[in-house]
Amino acid sequence: MAKKTKKTGERTRHAVQAIWAVLTNNYFKGFGDGTIYTGKFKNLCVPGMNCYSCPGARGACPIGALQATIGHHKFNLAFYAAGFIMFIGALIGRFVCGWLCPFGLIQDLLHKIPFPKKAGAFKGDKLLRLLKYAILLIFVILLPMFAVDIIGQGAPFFCKLICPVGTLEGGIPLVLLNKALRGAVGFLYAWKNSILAVIVVLSVIIYRPFCKYMCPLGAIYSIFNPVSVFKYRLSESDCVKCGACSRVCKMQVDPVKNCNSLECIRCGLCIKTCPTGAISCGIMPLKQKNTEKSADA
Amino acid sequence: MKNIKNRLGPMAALLGILAMLYGISRGEMAVVLAKAIKICMECIGIG
Repeated sequence: MAKKTKKTGERTRHAVQAIWAVLTNNYFKGFGDGTIYTGKFKNLCVPGMNCYSCPGARGACPIGALQATIGHHKFNLAFYAAGFIMFIGALIGRFVCGWLCPFGLIQDLLHKIPFPKKAGAFKGDKLLRLLKYAILLIFVILLPMFAVDIIGQGAPFFCKLICPVGTLEGGIPLVLLNKALRGAVGFLYAWKNSILAVIVVLSVIIYRPFCKYMCPLGAIYSIFNPVSVFKYRLSESDCVKCGACSRVCKMQVDPVKNCNSLECIRCGLCIKTCPTGAISCGIMPLKQKNTEKSADA
Repeated sequence: MKNIKNRLGPMAALLGILAMLYGISRGEMAVVLAKAIKICMECIGIG
């Protein structure tokens, strides 16, 4: 079993995910006394979903930053946070989801828990994947922009009503560690914990349900997957169409049809599995062989 | 066509940098910092 894990490169990926999670959440004092880091690094966004109210967080969540600026009475448009997401997306696309997102790591580990029947693609799966784009548009952009109070301030509706990352990384530890916050919990806290519980249970059965169906950050990065600087490539001359890559893909992508699919989180499993080495990845080459397919939409 | 598609990534990255700089110049970073250094009640399910 251990040999198999090593061969697929999953262990390396999980190590990178874990190192990145520690690097961006190393304010250990916060975990001890139920406070959060208040230093200057907090004005810098991190690439993955990482709640800035996590006691250990050193940086800002890009989706939280986006909503805070859109909802701010003075701004309405968020150039800083949107520019950051665009920059990262244009460079590496959903590589962030596969390698640099702490919540992605948590879902990866949950999916390793044995379950009699793990679910792959199911009826309605493709339609459900569009939900993340609707969540992005409605809860991250439109509601904070237009559902404003008397001074023109909008709330971060995605964080408030949906985000299980904030509940897990911020809500649970802070409420456990902070007596004042414990006294303030109510229906909203129970609602958000219910969403988190559903995601946790589903993660055991379905691979990364939050990333597939709900994540607004993954939705933005996915748009950049076909054009990002870092890309996947398929050598059609080397491909023997054995289907091993599509069978092994936990995001249900077929790299032969489109190796830069919107749903690909660039975990690299298809590259390691391909018996002929037909799939590769790297910085977009200036010259490409005619036989290579890279940026199919 | 392929050439244009290959250039979209670097162009979008550059546009992202320009947008970030514009956002910083109009003070958006301060809004992010102000939000991030206080416990976000909405994020943790209380506010």
